[in-house]
Amino acid sequence: MKYLMTTAAALCATAAWAETPVLKVYTYDSFVSDWGPGPAVEAAFEETCGCDLQLIGAGDGAALLARIKLEGARSEADVVLGLDTNLIAAAKDTGLFAPHSVTADYTLPVAWTDDTFAPYDWGYFAFVHNADMDAPTNFKDLAASDLKIAIQDPRSSTPGLGLLMWVKAAYGDDAASVWSDLSDNVLTVTKGWSESYGLFLEGEADMVLSYTTSPAYHLIAEEDASKAAAAFDEGHYMQVEVAGKLANADQPALADQFLSFMVSDAFQSIIPTTNWMYPAVTPAGGLPDGFETLITPEKSLLLSPEDAAAARDGALAEWRDALAQ
Amino acid sequence: MARRAGAISGPVAAGAVFGLILAALGAVAVRADWPVTFGAADWSVLRFTLWQATLSALFSVGLAIPVARALARRRFVGRGALVTLLGAPFILPVIVAVLGLLAVFGRAGWASQGLGLLGLPPLSIYGLTGVVLAHVFFNMPLATRLILQGWQTIPAEQFRLTAQLGLPPQTVFRTLEWPLLCRVVPGAFALVFVICLTSFAVALTLGGGPRATTIELAIYQAFRFDFDLGRAAVLSLVQLAVAGGAALLAVWILPPVLASVGRDRPVQRWDAGGVLARGLDTGWITLAALFLIMPLAAVAGSGLIGLGQMPGVVWHAAWTSLWVAVLSTGLLVALALPVAAWVAQSTWRGAEAMTLLGLAASPLMIGTGWFILIYPFAAPVDFALPVTALVNAMMALPFAVRILRPAIQQVLADHGRLGLGLGLHGWALWRIVLLPRIRPQLGFAAGLAAALSVGDLGVLTLFADAETATLPLQMYRLMGSYRTDAAAGAALLLLVLAFGLFWICDAWGRRHAGR
Repeated sequence: MKYLMTTAAALCATAAWAETPVLKVYTYDSFVSDWGPGPAVEAAFEETCGCDLQLIGAGDGAALLARIKLEGARSEADVVLGLDTNLIAAAKDTGLFAPHSVTADYTLPVAWTDDTFAPYDWGYFAFVHNADMDAPTNFKDLAASDLKIAIQDPRSSTPGLGLLMWVKAAYGDDAASVWSDLSDNVLTVTKGWSESYGLFLEGEADMVLSYTTSPAYHLIAEEDASKAAAAFDEGHYMQVEVAGKLANADQPALADQFLSFMVSDAFQSIIPTTNWMYPAVTPAGGLPDGFETLITPEKSLLLSPEDAAAARDGALAEWRDALAQ
Repeated sequence: MARRAGAISGPVAAGAVFGLILAALGAVAVRADWPVTFGAADWSVLRFTLWQATLSALFSVGLAIPVARALARRRFVGRGALVTLLGAPFILPVIVAVLGLLAVFGRAGWASQGLGLLGLPPLSIYGLTGVVLAHVFFNMPLATRLILQGWQTIPAEQFRLTAQLGLPPQTVFRTLEWPLLCRVVPGAFALVFVICLTSFAVALTLGGGPRATTIELAIYQAFRFDFDLGRAAVLSLVQLAVAGGAALLAVWILPPVLASVGRDRPVQRWDAGGVLARGLDTGWITLAALFLIMPLAAVAGSGLIGLGQMPGVVWHAAWTSLWVAVLSTGLLVALALPVAAWVAQSTWRGAEAMTLLGLAASPLMIGTGWFILIYPFAAPVDFALPVTALVNAMMALPFAVRILRPAIQQVLADHGRLGLGLGLHGWALWRIVLLPRIRPQLGFAAGLAAALSVGDLGVLTLFADAETATLPLQMYRLMGSYRTDAAAGAALLLLVLAFGLFWICDAWGRRHAGR
């Protein structure tokens, strides 16, 4: 009897749960972690949607697209959150994504017009160094110095690919010679951001490829003002992180609702101190204290998704040839 | 004729592993766009891979021989602990070990600071030097243990006999130790070579860029950014062929095993009493111990600071890792015992080479292949932990077989005749004759499997969702969110967990083993 009651209770619970629609969002690992934006985003969205939001971590930005390609049209995902502009062209080529209907007053330094992907945060790539160091002010200075930098591999990491595009956007056809001048400054090339940043914090590298917002983490979370980002006068390349709806989503209406929620204050105010990036729409309360200390590049560089895709193979070959010497 | 141990179950288990790998490769190949070109850049990747693996294996085994010899000849306080410690570097997650090595040998490391006091420039370990240094750190202790295990198969009676005959140390070396080295060293070399062949995390952190790309890394890149399954399949095949070729070559040069009859007694050495010999042995043991302990101490030091900052989920992840490791170790023992018994008695040399293939297959390829296979029928995420446990067991299988085979061979040579005479076969043969005598090796193999499983990031990244994170994955997540101190704490926890599991299994094996 007791067993029957337990079973009945379990069945009722299942039934109640089954009535709640489930929205599945694939994203990168650090988004879903306890110290990332995930838990707060989930709580805020579930307050209003009457649904169960499941954030599923699938590696980093690059792995995320591979996962979607692997699963194809049968993917359980409704939304993919965490690609960047350099991956948009490849993502669109899969034909797996549907146009969105999101509109917002973006506070991005560039105009946003993409109809398939909507941005949720952005940042500038930058070399981060200890504040007590005299930092170079451009790539040529850096190449002429004997400073050692830790960078990421453009074939496995989104910041690594971003640096490739940065040099390409700033120097165009001269990118190859800039890379060969830089080659003796490259201490090592790591698989992902975590390894390089670890090397920098251990004192192995003088500078590391990261974001202008990285010092904000140390300042706000650790009350440590000893890190700074070097301002380069060529301008800084941007990373814009985006989300898109899958064409075969089981919950297309909920997916649209989530994308609209994504550019609202509730979501955007979570971003700065959990993802350590700039929100795509500055929330009503403004940016957290500490962000005003960050450098603001005078010039923003960003290749369009099509240009980035077209430039990638050539830039990769230049980079490989320069560093293989 | 009485049934031999592992005669049927051995080929079945080995075939199952082989099948799992081939199925994965097939699944990736079927989904690929063909044809695939193998260009100049790929050839330079292949050349670098072979070159660094050769150097790494040469240094690891070359240094392991004197260390193992010193350990085999000396008795001192802490010897047992040191032998156990030899298992440590190999089971460390790569990124933890690399940070430990950098704290000692890096530009800002202890060694460079020491050189700085003398007015010398800092060490630079990026590039080929760093890759080889890290590989030696991982594999020299493993090679030492493998060679040491071999040394201990020389029966004590033989050393007693040479002492009674008054033979000089050179003759003892020539008659007893040289044949042993010929038997053990090629296998250890092949194993280290294959491990280094498939290594990519080390190459990627310390290599310094495109000039240090290994095949495994190229496979990873093909899967990740390009999602070029054809390229991944071709590269996986190249890796299997190269590693398989190396394994076959190693088996080819292995001389036939000379099994000697002796009773299990502690070894006492009469030929190692000279002052010079004593001094050399002490030197080798001290150097090896320092090389091992300093990076570990660096990891422990930074970990203690971060331990208090670890969020609760890290403990949950540790629990997940623990049971994956237990499952993986169980699978490994079930696979390794029959395979090792089969290989030990097989006249077909390919049997041994086949077991090394598990190591040559890229975990990422196996993971992706099985993802493709499972996907049409079920959600791969539901199988994340069992698949991880299975892949971890398969990765540990070549080590386990290599550790168990000589011991089983020895036991069967010494006691097999008696066992057959008593009509023992099947399970009874295992229980009464084999298992009690191969206990030290079984404990070592199980410990290695458990620890490798705990430390492995492996295929889980492909399958995991927020709930099924293992400890290494959680550590990466901490590192990826700037929480370096907490990540160092997690690294220490990982170290303690891996080492604890290894110690439990290894101590179980060595209890009553009389050594």
